[in-house]
Amino acid sequence: MSLDIVQMVLVTVLAAATPLILAGIGELVVERSGVLNLGVEGMMVLGAAAGFAVAAWTGSTGLGALGGAGAGLLLAALFGLLTVVLAANQVASGLALTILGLGLSGLVGAGYVGMKRDPAPHLDLPGLTDLPGIGRLLFGHDAFVYAALLLVAGVWWFLWRTRAGLTLRAIGDDHAATHALGLKVRKVRFLAVLFGGACAGLAGAYLSLAYTPFWAPAMTAGRGWIALALVVFASWRPLRVAAGALLFGGATVLQLHAQAAGLGLPGQLLSAVPYLATILALVLLSLGRRRGGSLAPAALGRVFAPSR
Amino acid sequence: MRLDLLPRARRSRRLDLLAPALAFLAAVLIGGIAVAALGVPPGQAFLTYFVAPLSEVWSLQEVALKAAPLALIATGLAFCYRANLWNIGAEGQYVAGGLAGGWVAVAAHGSQGPTAWILPAMLLAGTCAGIAYAMIPALLRVRLGVSEILTSLMLVYVAQLLLDYMVRGPLRDPQGYNFPQSVSFDDAARLPLLMAGESLHAGVLIGLVGIGLAALVLTRTLFGFEVRTVGASPRAARFAGFSDARLTLAVFAISGGAAGLAGICEVAGRIGQLQPEISPGYGFTAIIVAFLGRLSPPGILLAALVIALTTIGGEGAQIDLKLPLDLTRAFQGLLLGLVLGADVLTRYHVRIVPGGAGAKGIP
Repeated sequence: MSLDIVQMVLVTVLAAATPLILAGIGELVVERSGVLNLGVEGMMVLGAAAGFAVAAWTGSTGLGALGGAGAGLLLAALFGLLTVVLAANQVASGLALTILGLGLSGLVGAGYVGMKRDPAPHLDLPGLTDLPGIGRLLFGHDAFVYAALLLVAGVWWFLWRTRAGLTLRAIGDDHAATHALGLKVRKVRFLAVLFGGACAGLAGAYLSLAYTPFWAPAMTAGRGWIALALVVFASWRPLRVAAGALLFGGATVLQLHAQAAGLGLPGQLLSAVPYLATILALVLLSLGRRRGGSLAPAALGRVFAPSR
Repeated sequence: MRLDLLPRARRSRRLDLLAPALAFLAAVLIGGIAVAALGVPPGQAFLTYFVAPLSEVWSLQEVALKAAPLALIATGLAFCYRANLWNIGAEGQYVAGGLAGGWVAVAAHGSQGPTAWILPAMLLAGTCAGIAYAMIPALLRVRLGVSEILTSLMLVYVAQLLLDYMVRGPLRDPQGYNFPQSVSFDDAARLPLLMAGESLHAGVLIGLVGIGLAALVLTRTLFGFEVRTVGASPRAARFAGFSDARLTLAVFAISGGAAGLAGICEVAGRIGQLQPEISPGYGFTAIIVAFLGRLSPPGILLAALVIALTTIGGEGAQIDLKLPLDLTRAFQGLLLGLVLGADVLTRYHVRIVPGGAGAKGIP
């Protein structure tokens, strides 16, 4: 019995962590290539709106997820055009992307406010899903959760086990040297930015199609920013992004339970927990880090403009 | 096809002015297409957005009232951004300022005796609260190397939740039928109106003075020179012996103070009480204004007027043409993106090299 409660809590933690994993793993690839895209929140919220709109229009959750990822990718393409091709300031362009994404999501989602859909179907394997204690945890999630976990494994494999991954990391550490070697710095970075956008869009689609199966304006509520912090917190390592996302997911679930239990604490304080936890995590990380030697990709956020 | 960027030896003044104007034109064109796609004649929408707000006294005042906080916050942010520091939590510092200043007004509500001290105390409390709130990300950055981008942004949510808690809890009007708002401030705690019976209040003047001061500091003092040098060439600044930590704290204090002052001016001016929402996103919109104004006070003033105009116009368009408010926000985001993209013209010679995949080989 108590095992089932533990399992239920873990299932909700994983569900809360999934959007952070998706958006975080995408941004990790972007930052590993040396580009800082602060527009995660904007791409995510547009993905949520577009994903819901496509799903409501076609009646298919799968197409909705694709639509969300596509919307994030398109917005990221704009960011790539600005920062990678035109060498614009990355921080400011990322902020522009967030504002643009919030506005566009409102336009896209305007007709869908208050509309409800069935949440994305959960895996149901006869015999396996009903296993006591672990069945639901291993075999009872929706496709987004499995996709997120697969993505983490895939990105880890790509970055540390393939030549292309090595190239991407090298470009993120020194764009001048890799350019001199004849590597296509701008092309790799642009592709990384697109990948990050698709991941953020998918994370948004998860929110509006599975986590809370409706669309509400600004429903991402800062999760894009938390995903950004998560990448720093994870020292730009994929597996740590997943672990960090689970921690944050745990904090979110804990806060929801505390709110429901009514501990006498003001609800606003509990709602502030994820944001305060993010700051605390960043502080602890930097306290624990040895002096000198940053773990960030060396060229992160720096403008690259090849003259020839 | 390849796009090459050759750095310009010196920036051309003409292009510096032309680039944002071109970006604005492009944004208006794209906006026009979007409006047409929503089934509204673009010409009519243009009149509603950009001309109608200028044609009546009340809407002109609204433009000024919106532009003042935007310009004040953006001027503060310009110090940060010029020094390559990214305070994106001005919204939180604005809320902190409004809350602290409003608290003073609530505490002084109905007090006997002299009342002349109340308003200055409110403005001071608001400014100090903005500074203090901005010191959190600044100190974390200076002492621990924590990214100021993320901490300042996270603190926005925290400030909004704190304000929400205060107006529903300790600062709620006991006679307010449980509405989440404080008492209405006494007259002594309100910024005076500039014209009887109109809406324009003294906050606009405070904003203008603030921007003027900032312009002087930026162009005429050693500190302003430091800020500009660090932004233009961090290496040179280090050789000149400018202290990174001191500068970080100073620019964050300026931007936080400006945002806090803008917050209390809005609360003591237009709103007149504390409520859960005291900002229509001024702190975020000010980021657009700062870049649109090319991080210089005169440019920021102009940019704030343009953005305020489109915001008021957007409200008109929502009523008259049934165009959604989100269109305005999307337009402003697009405008910022285009301004940043147009910047490339001022910094580089752009050369398009024909020849596609076949032309690789020798770089």
